[in-house]
Amino acid sequence: MRKIKDQFYLFLLWFAAFLTVAFLVTIVGYIFYKGMGLISFHFIFGDYSPTGGGGIWPMIVTTLYTIVISLVIATPIGIMAAVYLQEYAKQGKLVRIIRFATESLTGIPSIIYGLFGAVFFVTSLKLGMSIISASLTLTIITLPVVIRTTEESLKTVPHAYREGSLALGTTKLQTLYKVILPSAMPGILSGIILSMGRIIGESAAIFLTAGTVAAMPASIFSSARTLTVHSYLVTQEAGDIELAAAIGIVLIVIILVLNLSATYISKKFDKANY
Amino acid sequence: MNTTTLERNRTEKKSVTSKSSSQSDTQTKISVNNLNLFYGEKQALYEVSIDINEKEVTALIGPSGCGKSTFLRTLNRMNDLIDGVRINGQIKIDQEDIYQSNDVIKLRTKVGMVFQKPNLFPMSIYDNVAYGPRMQGIKNKGELNKIVEESLRGAAIWDEVKDRLKTSALGLSGGQQQRVCIARAIAMKPDVILMDEPTSALDPISTLKVEELIAQMKNEYTIVIVTHNMQQAARVSDKTAFFLNGEIIEFDETSKIFSMPSDQRTEDYVTGRFG
Repeated sequence: MRKIKDQFYLFLLWFAAFLTVAFLVTIVGYIFYKGMGLISFHFIFGDYSPTGGGGIWPMIVTTLYTIVISLVIATPIGIMAAVYLQEYAKQGKLVRIIRFATESLTGIPSIIYGLFGAVFFVTSLKLGMSIISASLTLTIITLPVVIRTTEESLKTVPHAYREGSLALGTTKLQTLYKVILPSAMPGILSGIILSMGRIIGESAAIFLTAGTVAAMPASIFSSARTLTVHSYLVTQEAGDIELAAAIGIVLIVIILVLNLSATYISKKFDKANY
Repeated sequence: MNTTTLERNRTEKKSVTSKSSSQSDTQTKISVNNLNLFYGEKQALYEVSIDINEKEVTALIGPSGCGKSTFLRTLNRMNDLIDGVRINGQIKIDQEDIYQSNDVIKLRTKVGMVFQKPNLFPMSIYDNVAYGPRMQGIKNKGELNKIVEESLRGAAIWDEVKDRLKTSALGLSGGQQQRVCIARAIAMKPDVILMDEPTSALDPISTLKVEELIAQMKNEYTIVIVTHNMQQAARVSDKTAFFLNGEIIEFDETSKIFSMPSDQRTEDYVTGRFG
């Protein structure tokens, strides 16, 4: 009897795992099945054509712009904030409030950030509907993620490293740069990967701050359309599921490439350390 | 424990200290007077006074939580890292009160430390040993090479690691790691080396090697070692201080502490009746 019960629970666990993988495979499979027919060199690298049959290169460029700009701003600020909170600040009420605030910020729906960005960056700062407005909005969205993950990885650095370094007559800053940050690097990098995923997947906030202009952006101050926004619009306006699926394939590939390169870089870091 | 015996012990101990230091021709390196230490409200050290001689090994023994590690960490001010630690009293190293000066960096280059568990950084063996000198601003490659070799030789581990200096220090065995930790401390050319139960995480053979190393090192360094292992104290040290509940009960020549201690509590402890 106990054995049957045991097997039953094992089956439940197995089934849950199977279900998760099945969903993933189905979705990815469906997208590839629907969209693969459209994928071609021209589709990826060709310019957009409003009459149909054009490529999505402007959207890819816009997406990459938003990723790079927001990470370039969010990463240093986020890491420095986390270092301050974890290594320097007196662990009191204020720090607890800041921590609670960053945690809450990660849970706010992105449309709220989008509305804020539309009011603050687009209107008040007169940046207009542009890639830069969207990137700054995305910076705010990703900052809490970077701060939280950096803090968590700083926490995992053994206290013995700090003691060992300080006992050798080094300053706190030297210890931070030479021992603590390098040891925390893999964790910090995975936080950045997470943020990249968040930026690529974002659409509502970008829709409200970068607009929907379907053309190659002249500069980061131009209005433009990212892949996700494009995907939303072609489904919504033209009902073109195949096109949306093809965009989905491109998105999946971009995320895959970024993740793999980040993992590679983090491994390099590890090797340099060990 | 009544106050009168405590008082008597203290005076006895003091007289012993002064007698032994006047008898021998060794110099006092570290002089501690009436040191009290508090973790917040809780007092951890009571009126600790001890004179530690230059180029000798001084062992600190006593049961867990008796304050010996806490005391050790006052000597290079590692307790500063803990919030809410208060100290009064005086610690002089080379006649200089280390709590009057604010130059902790200078103090810690002069007073090195080896911890309970090997705590090498996730870097190569070479980078670990060169870490301290580099942070002091030494960049010359030849000079660094020389320091690394000398330090590793000084820690009796050069022959074992000379062909793999650029590989991860964490790939070494625990005993080897601990000796590289000693090399890392030596690389700073300190006068004093503090050791906080340096062999408690090691196997017997590695322990033996570290003990042999300590015996060699005392020609050049003043060594203060905290140990749980009484045989170890007996084997490696010249003087032994017995700590109990944050006080030094007795401080004397190691041979005397282990053969005919003057305090009953010391005798009970070294004969294994408690602790």
